[in-house]
Amino acid sequence: MELYSLTAHELLEKLGKKEISVEGLCSSVRNRIEDTDSKVKAYVRLAGSPAVVNPKAINNGSLSGIPVSIKDNICTEGYNTECCSRILAGFKPPYDATVIRKLKDAGAIILESKTNMDEFAFGSSTENSCFGPTHNPWNLDCVPGGSSGGSAACVAADEAIIAIGSDTGGSIRQPAAFCGVVGLKPTYGRVSRYGLIAFASSLDQIGTFTKDIEDSCLLMQVISGHDPMDATSADLKIPDYTRSLGQDIRGLKIGIPKEYFIEGMNREVKTIVQEAIAKLKDLGAVIKEVSLPHTQYAVAVYYILGTAEASSNLARFDGVQYGFRAKASKLIEMYFKTRGQGFGQEAKRRILLGTFALSHGYYDAYYLKALKVRTLIKNDFDAVFQDCDCIITPTAPTPAFRIGEKSEEPLQMYLSDIYTISANLAGIPAISLPCGFVKNGLPVGLQILTKPFAEETLFQLGHAYERSTPWHKMKPKL
Amino acid sequence: MALSRETLKYVADLSRIELTPQELEKLSLQLQTILGFIDQLSKADIAGIEPTSHILPLSNVLREDTPRESLSIEKTLANAPQKKDNFFVVPKVIE
Amino acid sequence: MTYEPVIGLEVHVQLKTRTKIFCGCLTEFGAAPNTQVCPVCLGFPGALPVLNRLALEYAIKVGIALNCTVQEFTKFDRKHYYYPDLPKNFQISQYDLPICKNGFLDVEVNGLTRPIKILRAHLEEDAGKLIHEEDHSLVDLNRTGQPLLEIVTEPDIYSPEEAYEYLTNLKSIIQYLEVSDCDMEKGTLRCDANISLRPKGSGQLGTKSEIKNLNSFKAVRDALAYEIERHNQILNNQEKIIQETRLWDEKKGRTFPMRSKEEAKDYRYFPEPDLPPFMISKEKIAEIKKIIPELPKEKKLRFMRDYGLSEYDARILVMTREKAGYAQERLMAYPEKEKKSVANWINGPLAAIAAKLNCEINEIKISVKDFIDLIDLVENKQVINNLTGKEILEQMARTGKSPHNLIQEGNLSQISDEASLEKEISAVILANPKVVADVLSGKPNSIMFLVGQVMRQTQGKANPKVVQEILKRRIV
Repeated sequence: MELYSLTAHELLEKLGKKEISVEGLCSSVRNRIEDTDSKVKAYVRLAGSPAVVNPKAINNGSLSGIPVSIKDNICTEGYNTECCSRILAGFKPPYDATVIRKLKDAGAIILESKTNMDEFAFGSSTENSCFGPTHNPWNLDCVPGGSSGGSAACVAADEAIIAIGSDTGGSIRQPAAFCGVVGLKPTYGRVSRYGLIAFASSLDQIGTFTKDIEDSCLLMQVISGHDPMDATSADLKIPDYTRSLGQDIRGLKIGIPKEYFIEGMNREVKTIVQEAIAKLKDLGAVIKEVSLPHTQYAVAVYYILGTAEASSNLARFDGVQYGFRAKASKLIEMYFKTRGQGFGQEAKRRILLGTFALSHGYYDAYYLKALKVRTLIKNDFDAVFQDCDCIITPTAPTPAFRIGEKSEEPLQMYLSDIYTISANLAGIPAISLPCGFVKNGLPVGLQILTKPFAEETLFQLGHAYERSTPWHKMKPKL
Repeated sequence: MALSRETLKYVADLSRIELTPQELEKLSLQLQTILGFIDQLSKADIAGIEPTSHILPLSNVLREDTPRESLSIEKTLANAPQKKDNFFVVPKVIE
Repeated sequence: MTYEPVIGLEVHVQLKTRTKIFCGCLTEFGAAPNTQVCPVCLGFPGALPVLNRLALEYAIKVGIALNCTVQEFTKFDRKHYYYPDLPKNFQISQYDLPICKNGFLDVEVNGLTRPIKILRAHLEEDAGKLIHEEDHSLVDLNRTGQPLLEIVTEPDIYSPEEAYEYLTNLKSIIQYLEVSDCDMEKGTLRCDANISLRPKGSGQLGTKSEIKNLNSFKAVRDALAYEIERHNQILNNQEKIIQETRLWDEKKGRTFPMRSKEEAKDYRYFPEPDLPPFMISKEKIAEIKKIIPELPKEKKLRFMRDYGLSEYDARILVMTREKAGYAQERLMAYPEKEKKSVANWINGPLAAIAAKLNCEINEIKISVKDFIDLIDLVENKQVINNLTGKEILEQMARTGKSPHNLIQEGNLSQISDEASLEKEISAVILANPKVVADVLSGKPNSIMFLVGQVMRQTQGKANPKVVQEILKRRIV
């Protein structure tokens, strides 16, 4: 059994018993990346040199000796963090994100080579990366999902033990579903955003990619918690997430929203997800149909609020202090050319859309209205959670699509986020775990959503499901 | 909602993004489509609904007036595309 | 057609917190460029703001002192524009829910007191500094993130003098609160002015000019006076005022339009998502109100009441808290009921000495007892005259010696007995026959010239009242 194919909890046990060494583990991961990444392209800026997996100072922390792969939008001091955008070419942050500091304190080994993503997290396929797309390990002609496609793919391909990414409208869960791994978006405010290069400040969260539920628990235990540097982080105690493992789910009430199972949805996805729900019923959960009546507006609300905040957050990329600067003799020219040449097409689309939504005369009709509909969407979930412990849906309307299939149709691309977006708008936690495969071998993801700060429910339910299914043990042939 | 070429140019100027004529054309069409989709929000009944700017019921998050270490000048300027002595340098600002 | 000016003032006050508004960098003045910065105030990607509690409390303090309503619910907003001294290319400010609203500040001009309406006061972060060189500009971001309180009046000021008084009183109050140094030279108080003219008695506002680059209160007054002239000329030529921003040129004494083309500013305000809102309870406001010291207006009234001072005298004494404290010590110690002398000696001679020594009045090291003694020696005991008294006061300030010692050392007692003065008086009468003739022909004030001559002859030691008496007797 290759070390790179194990989970973090398995490796921690072996490390603890001194059956393996940290150097050996790092070496195994490094070699795997070297063998596989030319096909998958989960990592960026490798340029023929080996991925940097340095076993630096190890301590007695809970993740001691475990390599963690990081999405290219999370700041690591002294190591390139570029959001896969030309405009941040060469940027080395002068500080660590809070989650990076926490991971280091727990003894984890931070890979200096970052994982691929859609530029500034704008996308659902990782095709918007300035470095080119990542390839789905289950079918290299297909996208891994996005925007954290690199993080999802490297865990699926065993090019990483565990990884972190970010989720603003589904950017962890959708690629997790497409790549057959476990992807968790925590409650808004559960994990510090300090050091996450912002896309939409009121929607972004850093989350986990793991091979199974237990690893997600371990990772969440480390990265969660109040941060005085992030005014939007919740000052709440972190429960011991591992207590959720091995629990039975008898009596757990699961709501199935009718708006997510519509006529004309992908039949295979529908069948597989319904089978998963049936399995949960066998395990003792109580299933009931519920309604989230404002679901239809979620994508529209997201593409106003998200793009508006993005247009603001990306205003700082102007060539003055860091990143790419276009040649210009006057300041105003420098701004226009730097941003015109530095941003990719999707980034431009979103900045323009967002700027428009905030501009004089349109603010009320777009931004303000979207803020109000957001309240309606949140209220929908509050109502359902009155009598349900959680909600289950498919993570994505289809399995992974082919590279290039949707890249010319921005709106089509946006609609693939339809199941994941609402959780960000409502600020609730959500997880995607593998629940089967379609005929052509591509994975399907099951999404579980629950009340704010109740991640333990996700772990409890997810782990019970995982224990009685084989999906998390299946690996792509690479 | 129509997004005229003029409005798009105005928005691009506000965003300080230089667009080629081809980009202007292509983006205009794409954004029109997207805005057309977004217009369905007008069907939502928002009478009496308060906007949600912050999803968590947080308020009064403050920090004490105690100093934190600043960045060293080396770290501050490390990524500067152009610098002189201890300053960032930018092309001439026409006042 | 007569026009009347309507003026509004926008004042930015830099709050005297130890650290910046959204991060823990120091706010000290004069640091080497780009050394008081961190990822937050540099606007580095991923960095997030967190509000300084003290900045919020200072804002509330000022709001209460300016008779504002302190909002129960307040939040921050992003204000977008591109400039190299603004790292994020947006400023975190407050748009529609400023922390303080609807206050007023009393201003006295020509004996009449009137409240100037204050529209709002809000918190925001400062931008950095640019130094323009030949073909590039240098950016220093030390100042980004300094806490500012922007105080905006309604267009409720009707003359340059009122504007001057408003600024003087505002500075006084804010210094009393100890929330800012309000030093225009150091930039801890900045002022922009808006002015328009309208036909006298009209309710509507005319087209305004915005004036920037005002570096002193005097500049504000002068620039406004200039603009009134300029607007008057244009309007009386039946031409239209262009709405524009103009810069005051101190040297040339005129305003010039700013060179850059003014585009209608679309700041795209929206609520700052990185900062949850703030609820200010009535208890909190009451708590802060308690720590507000007696403010200039109250102190002035108290001085007038308790010490029998005129409004004018009292107003000058309470201009700064330190001066008021210094004055109060001496007023209280002065044994007479009539305390005007104390006020006069502080506002007159002591102020002059402070100017000479380039310090504040309250920094002059003269003990309360010595000060009171000096006044007593001049006014009541008449041991020395006024002129000598002033000289001794200066010596007291410079040496710390008591007036008694200095009088003895310098043999400065006033000469009051006639016998000693006879010789000098006779000499002066003989030497100035024409002036004596003037006195006799009914020009009574000519006698003062003769008094002055005697003072000169006696090195200022003669008692001028006695001299005047003797001269009158001898001449008439």
